[in-house]
Amino acid sequence: MKAAAFEYARASSIEEACALLREHGDGARLIAGGQSLAPMMAMRLARPTWLVDINDVPDLQYIRVEGERLLAGACTRQRALERDARAIRLVPLLSQALQWVGHIQTRNRGTAGGSLAHADPSAELPLAACVLDAEVSVRSTRGRRALRAGDLFTGPMTTALAAGELIEEIAWPIWREDRVGSAFTEVSIRHGDFALVAAAAQVALDGEARCLRASFGVGGADATPVAFPELAQTLAGARLEDAIISTIAERAAAALDPGEDLHASAHYRRHLAKVLAERALLEARDRAIARRAGQIRQ
Amino acid sequence: MTPRGHRISVEVNGHMHGGEVPARLTLVDWLRDELHLSGTHVGCEHGICGACSVLFDGEAVRSCLMFAVQADGHRVTTVEGLSGEDGRPGELQDAFCETHALQCGYCTPGMLIAAHALLRGNPHPTEAEIREAIGGNLCRCTGYQQIVEAIEHAAAKLAERGAR
Repeated sequence: MKAAAFEYARASSIEEACALLREHGDGARLIAGGQSLAPMMAMRLARPTWLVDINDVPDLQYIRVEGERLLAGACTRQRALERDARAIRLVPLLSQALQWVGHIQTRNRGTAGGSLAHADPSAELPLAACVLDAEVSVRSTRGRRALRAGDLFTGPMTTALAAGELIEEIAWPIWREDRVGSAFTEVSIRHGDFALVAAAAQVALDGEARCLRASFGVGGADATPVAFPELAQTLAGARLEDAIISTIAERAAAALDPGEDLHASAHYRRHLAKVLAERALLEARDRAIARRAGQIRQ
Repeated sequence: MTPRGHRISVEVNGHMHGGEVPARLTLVDWLRDELHLSGTHVGCEHGICGACSVLFDGEAVRSCLMFAVQADGHRVTTVEGLSGEDGRPGELQDAFCETHALQCGYCTPGMLIAAHALLRGNPHPTEAEIREAIGGNLCRCTGYQQIVEAIEHAAAKLAERGAR
């Protein structure tokens, strides 16, 4: 359980990290928190010839609000994002999702960008990114480009990142409606384990509790996390009665192509997808309604 | 080709330690095999069991998921650093003894680091918060109940000392 030998370089800037990735070619890997890469190296599932360490790049660790977006540097620790007061207030789904990620000790080290780049289809942060339609900024020696989260994930542990590219920043849209509620839920063997299936939802309601917009998605039940913008769009203008939510969740689950392993059959994963998507939407709706009640009491 | 060694300089339990390490050497192996700080235990070596937990720049992390070279210029506290200057156990460690919170002792250093990090940020944790804080630490003797009691007991003792 020891990693194979490799060379190591610590980058002090984004430019230097990009240059090192380019210089050392295909065998080079970035290491951020290392909470997925280090175990893969210990088990020899990954054998990079070079590790480019971006943990000490100051320009990759920040949380700030710019207009309608909360921006997080790629190397921002998951625990920092989970506890950041602005993130909790403006993008509550983030903190809700992060509470399911590993354990406190792994979130202290694990990073936002690392979780996206690892692209585990059952991971919580990629699902939250798809549901919120986060924008991922990517850098290389060739320049900068931006990807929507839904376009970043192309398969299990596989992204649209090209050789030599690194994730620089993740921009999380802020929903500014008065009555926004969100929820994240999952089923795993033990808390902190990988999710068998996870679901996330966010809804905005008007003063009459009609849906202004909604977004939801499911992780762990397909090759990538999947958001359902078309189905969510059909909720706009409707009162989110339990029956409507149940129907939408059912249709979402039917559209998925879950795999199976010794922990769960495809049939069970599809069942979980329906139940959890429904639960997440109901909880998000109830939170949005509670927020309205709270405001009336004030 | 033999990969080159890296010079590192790390503050461990308040003292500076230097050395030359191959990049693949994990932080826990460096602490144990080079610095002979064998209080930190090596369990699963892939980030599941929590036995190797240390404080890195003050935050609890798994030292099997870091390479020693990454600690260059940083600050590490191991379980040895939790005791007083005279090497006697601190309140938290005493509480583990008093409530029989260790059986084989393998998970204990990780539990102590997790509990220490919890109590530092949250001196009056609920039982649920304690369970959350040690959720990433496996005890194969399954003595979790006594470990939770130890942390509750330590919190009470520390509060009493603070009130005095």
